Amino acid sequence: MASVAIRDVRKAFGSTHVIHGVDISIRDGEFVVLVGPSGCGKSTLLRMIAGLENITAGEIRIGERVVNNLPPKERDVAMVFQNYALYPHMTVAANMAFSMKLRGAPQSEIDERVNRAAVILGLTQLLERFPRQLSGGQRQRVAMGRAIVRDPQVFLFDEPLSNLDAKLRVQMRTEIKELHQRLKTTTIYVTHDQIEAMTMADKIVVMHDGRVEQIGAPLDLYDRPDNLFVAGFIGSPAMNMVKGRINLNGAAVFEAPTGVKFSLNGAPAGSDGRPAVYGVRPEHFSLSDDGVDAVVQVVEPTGSELQVVAKLGNDEIIAVFRERHQFKPGDKIRLKPDPRLIHLFDETTGKRLTN
Amino acid sequence: MAEIAYARVGPKQALGAPTAWNRLKANHNWLGAWFMLPAAAFLILFLAYPLGLGVWLSLTDTKIGRSGVFIGTENYEWLWDDSVFWLSVFNTLLYTIVASAIKFAVGLYLALLLNENLPFKAILRALVLIPFIVPTVLSAIAFWWIYDSQFSIVSWTLRHLGLIAANIDFLGDTWNARWSVIFANIWRGVPFVAITLLAGLQTVSPSLYEAATIDGASAWQRFRYITYPLLTPIIAVVMTFSVLFTFTDFQLIWVLTRGGPVNATHLMATLSYQRAIIAGQLGEGAAISTAMIPFLLAAILISWFGLQRRKWQQGESND
Repeated sequence: MASVAIRDVRKAFGSTHVIHGVDISIRDGEFVVLVGPSGCGKSTLLRMIAGLENITAGEIRIGERVVNNLPPKERDVAMVFQNYALYPHMTVAANMAFSMKLRGAPQSEIDERVNRAAVILGLTQLLERFPRQLSGGQRQRVAMGRAIVRDPQVFLFDEPLSNLDAKLRVQMRTEIKELHQRLKTTTIYVTHDQIEAMTMADKIVVMHDGRVEQIGAPLDLYDRPDNLFVAGFIGSPAMNMVKGRINLNGAAVFEAPTGVKFSLNGAPAGSDGRPAVYGVRPEHFSLSDDGVDAVVQVVEPTGSELQVVAKLGNDEIIAVFRERHQFKPGDKIRLKPDPRLIHLFDETTGKRLTN
Repeated sequence: MAEIAYARVGPKQALGAPTAWNRLKANHNWLGAWFMLPAAAFLILFLAYPLGLGVWLSLTDTKIGRSGVFIGTENYEWLWDDSVFWLSVFNTLLYTIVASAIKFAVGLYLALLLNENLPFKAILRALVLIPFIVPTVLSAIAFWWIYDSQFSIVSWTLRHLGLIAANIDFLGDTWNARWSVIFANIWRGVPFVAITLLAGLQTVSPSLYEAATIDGASAWQRFRYITYPLLTPIIAVVMTFSVLFTFTDFQLIWVLTRGGPVNATHLMATLSYQRAIIAGQLGEGAAISTAMIPFLLAAILISWFGLQRRKWQQGESND
């Protein structure tokens, strides 16, 4: 186990720059999720840590060693690939034993470690099978087994759950998290799925266009997103955003061009008249007579909650209620955001306005 | 479903039970047989029938211009004591084994090379195919000039470099002639092996190499433990074809040496042609051709059982 330090790392393919100076420090034993939309550079960064891509500039340390120029096998990392990358001509046992065999470990030690990993992952019955004879979830487990057997400094996961169906994905998510709690190996996990990031991570790194947008604990990112990108990316259904201006004449309010007004609990100094974006999470609306007029468009009950798409001025917003209101499309309702839980962002820079 | 529908019609049988013929028309297994019938007819007419005829011919004493009578295995007994026949068997085995082994080695090397990120990759791949595209007779004629006792460019070059004093007699000396035709066959056969293996290499997922790299495999170990085992099915197929083509080769030899000097390069195919068509001994020629069948069957069986052993390919995929 080891800490990982990424210092001002950059990557260019020819003249195309894909990562523009990324700094991340990962503590020993931490579970860090790199999350972002496709093409944000998260997989490239992971592959640079693994040694599958060269580092154009900057420095990556694993433990005390700078690994920039070390070949992958000397970095002591194990990687789980999106397509599992199991060796199709080897049995499950041989797949897991391969790295130790290459290292020339004694057969007794190989057997012991493979068996231990198989017990942890529930693969004992499958050791003599070939990858083609396994289901998707089982293959995923073998890929993890291959990583566990190595007992590496760092586990790297590259979108390991994307090829699984929705139900299995939720199950494997829990399994991976349990595995980490048990082994406590430093883990870097890449995904584009913010739910995976939220549920699994000790620390989330949100990436966008080759830059880090925000680093923090899942709930910190949810409660205090640094900028519009993070606000929109984390959370499902996504945060509602309304464009307008802050008005501090009299009681502090936020005014949309359509005349819709939201009262504010206060606003940062000097923000009067500034173009801003007002953000409110769907679950922070309540029905109240002093709320804002809205017209129900679509009602989506999920059983545990009720999602209501409503028209608020010109903006379509989503509100989520735990109660089972009997709304119909076209109903007029009054929605009141909780003023303590709203977010204000500068419209031009996208940065959070402290409030 | 069908039974339920008929049951409801009940005792009247008004709609009529399907006739045996109608059932046959709709049955999936039979439908498959119907679709195969045209292909099977062609194969029987143009492959199985001539083969059978050839085997029958080998049991007769037919000559050109005279239909023969059944003489049992007399042709084979005759061949058993014929040293030229045994020489041709030796030549064919030498030709096939040496040429196939080198074609495999060179072809695999080229395939691995072409699978790398080389500059002008597409052009290089096209160039490799040239020997395969040129009609065999044309390339054989080119080799005939290259091996010419007086005008050989190889002799000329070596002489001008001062490496040899006199021209090499490529096709006049027994062993020279054998190696020369083997070289020509290799030159012609390598592209087929290389391009087919290249296609096989490209089906190997790059992430397997990445996984192996992280697992600590060196370049040689990646080849030994990943590339080679994953390539074995295609190697088995391509080498079976290569062996079959080489074993039955005729054109190259016929243009270059006609089996000479003193039968040193006679293959079974050329000897068969010479005995049957040139000398007119159709029965004896057919017997030589028929004698090739066990060798070819052996080659096919070896690769067949080689393929059968690979259990990892046959697991069901259920993801």
